[in-house]
Amino acid sequence: MSLAPDLAAAAPELFLACAAIALLMLGVFRGDGAGRPIMRLSVLALIVALLLVVFPMGGEGIFFNSLFIKDVFGNFMKGLVLVGSGLTILMGWRYVERERMDRPELPVLLLFATVGMLLMISANDLISLYVGLELQSLALYVAAAIRRDSLRASEAGLKYFVLGALSSGMLLYGLSLVYGFAGTTGFTDLAAAFARDAAAGTPVSLGLIVGLVFVAAGIAFKISAVPFHMWTPDVYEGAPTAITAFFAVAPKVAAMALFVRVLMGPFGDLVGQWQQIVVFISIASMALGAFAAIAQSNVKRLMAYSSIGNVGYALVGLASGTEAGIRGVTIYMAIYLVMTVGTFACILAMRINERGVESIDDLRGLSKTHPMMAAALAIFMFSLAGIPPLAGFFGKLYVFLAAIQAGLYGLAVIGVLTSVVGAYYYLRIVKLMYFDEPTEVLDRPIGREVGLVMGVSALAILLFFVMPSLVVDGASAAALSLFAG
Amino acid sequence: MIVQALAFYLFAAIMVASAVMVISSRNPVHSVLFLILAFFNAAGLFVLLGAEFLAMILVVVYVGAVAVLFLFVVMMLDVNIAELRHGFLQYLPIGALIGLILLVELGMVAGAWVISPGAGAAAHLPIPPPDQVTNTAALGHVLYDHYVYLFQSAGLILLVAMVGAIVLTLRQREGVRRQSIARQISRRRDEAIEVKDVTSGSGV
Amino acid sequence: MNPLLAEYLPILIFIGIAVGLALVIVIASYVVARQRPDSEKVSAYECGFEAFDDARSKFDVRFYLVSILFIIFDLEVAFLFPWAISLGDIGLFGFWSMVCFLGLLTIGFVYEWKKGALEWE
Repeated sequence: MSLAPDLAAAAPELFLACAAIALLMLGVFRGDGAGRPIMRLSVLALIVALLLVVFPMGGEGIFFNSLFIKDVFGNFMKGLVLVGSGLTILMGWRYVERERMDRPELPVLLLFATVGMLLMISANDLISLYVGLELQSLALYVAAAIRRDSLRASEAGLKYFVLGALSSGMLLYGLSLVYGFAGTTGFTDLAAAFARDAAAGTPVSLGLIVGLVFVAAGIAFKISAVPFHMWTPDVYEGAPTAITAFFAVAPKVAAMALFVRVLMGPFGDLVGQWQQIVVFISIASMALGAFAAIAQSNVKRLMAYSSIGNVGYALVGLASGTEAGIRGVTIYMAIYLVMTVGTFACILAMRINERGVESIDDLRGLSKTHPMMAAALAIFMFSLAGIPPLAGFFGKLYVFLAAIQAGLYGLAVIGVLTSVVGAYYYLRIVKLMYFDEPTEVLDRPIGREVGLVMGVSALAILLFFVMPSLVVDGASAAALSLFAG
Repeated sequence: MIVQALAFYLFAAIMVASAVMVISSRNPVHSVLFLILAFFNAAGLFVLLGAEFLAMILVVVYVGAVAVLFLFVVMMLDVNIAELRHGFLQYLPIGALIGLILLVELGMVAGAWVISPGAGAAAHLPIPPPDQVTNTAALGHVLYDHYVYLFQSAGLILLVAMVGAIVLTLRQREGVRRQSIARQISRRRDEAIEVKDVTSGSGV
Repeated sequence: MNPLLAEYLPILIFIGIAVGLALVIVIASYVVARQRPDSEKVSAYECGFEAFDDARSKFDVRFYLVSILFIIFDLEVAFLFPWAISLGDIGLFGFWSMVCFLGLLTIGFVYEWKKGALEWE
């Protein structure tokens, strides 16, 4: 049995896993002071893995005895995940060093989590789905609690762990029901079996539907969609800001890709069964994200509700279940990634007298003290609110258009209404920054990496409409690849 | 056949009873002991199903290691039972509701036990007849080459678990005197002792 | 009866006799022996001293670390059993696949050794 084509197909994952192991060894032999070089090397490893994804060895197809799939959709999402991980590790490191969490294990754990995300995105079997998800979650549980002397961080880690374990249990229960009723765990075989049943007109077995619901619930936990969102605000607030930034970006993209892959791949023929579930969680997430965020005074909590709302918007595209819808999800996640990275860069820069601050009120009058940072944050806020011609507007446009084409008018209307409500709290931050008097001045300089990430993402958001084809073409090809087979 | 049925009902009844005791006993240590009993009975059920390997792994890993870990955790936390009970009644309705929903769903699933007709044939790995290949060997035949991808990923998960456990719990204590055998045996005479010429009657 | 289960019949009988005998002994001691408890008889016996405090005190977190590391290596060993049985059939590929897996865990072992997680102090 020759393994060479399989290994070539999984080159980014293999490289990243080997790099993580090598860095682990390097870290333990160099001692606790080696945090900074290891962080640099891990960002380098992510860049190499990104190159391996962009310039793949070998063709697309199914590998490792149909456990692993490599397609355009996977490559696009893997690219997003690697970019998100790299940027958040890079910009968070200064914060990590200031808070004395700069142990060499932290970047290694984040690398392992990224490997898990890549495995999730490439899953072509219920078992590989679960294995990838566990690898990612386990590393992230540890990362959330890595500041073990802080009560809040430990509490956040514990909460994340308990609820994550619960969701893994639900997912596993659903997976075993699906396996029990369908007799196979392979996505390809499942899709073939369901297609056969649909052609023969056999009604879908109730057991399968219950299994599907549990699988959907388990993954909804990971993307923190309502009603499985309870952990998000507490974990976002309690975890160290650099870790929160990591949580908000790459794992969300990976879990969303997994959700799309599972629902469109093996369960593609059961679209009538899962569509109402996705419509429901989408509406609930959009509404909760919009209304609950209004009362928040902590900017990390605000971002948690904002991410819940954003997941809702992305799910609008998935609910339509069409190629245009999947393209919408893909574009939305790409834009969400840039907006979130940028916003967290601003949050990481919020420090007064060498101490990190998280209150929205600390942003008062930012335009007078830090005009560039205020401008960048204003761009992110306008974009999150969906104001044209910024990128966030196009993200929403694509998913709503897909929903209208699929005949989900109600969903699209609710989406537009909730984004109007959501605009209120995003614009409130802009108002605080530009029309209020500063109370306390934030520290400067904000740090080279943070400033760089902030500037680049603000430019990307601002200039998206000049060359949207960069993202849209990739997303179209990605969506097409899910429907070709 | 009748022995088999009797054994099934015995194991199943004890398992359900001990599972109830796990969540209802007042002392957490007793809960863990009942959990061990439940694990043993689950192992018995696995044997009845013909899954010998799983049964033995359940005993070795769950009873031998996981239950011991639970005991450590219970002792480490020094749980106050009265405090644990506090709020139990408050959350009872919602817990019971969720349990009821799960039960109804399970009942519905059991009522609709129709396996998709074409799907069984789609499984690409036929199960070898148990009288020719033992359970453990059958697992071994697929685990290490057919499922090599999952096997190595499981190795990665174990590695992350190891790193995580050490990162979260290991504390280096200050001022602990350690024995370093290498340093002890590399000590030389001239750095360890000093010879002084002491004249009698004057002291050092 | 299933031949596989027939092999387990002695164990079932053994468990039956063990449980039965234990029950008989416990019940017999309740029924036959004279039960006249008083506060001195039922209190905890601690080498003739009064009990100092509650027997349940906090354990050090290091016990937890040791046992979780034990679980991980226990699981690793669990993977070795099917491998050992089927090694003749899965050939060189199976052999190297296990060597890779053991290599991964050896990395973990080196890590914990070097970190000092195996030292008790």
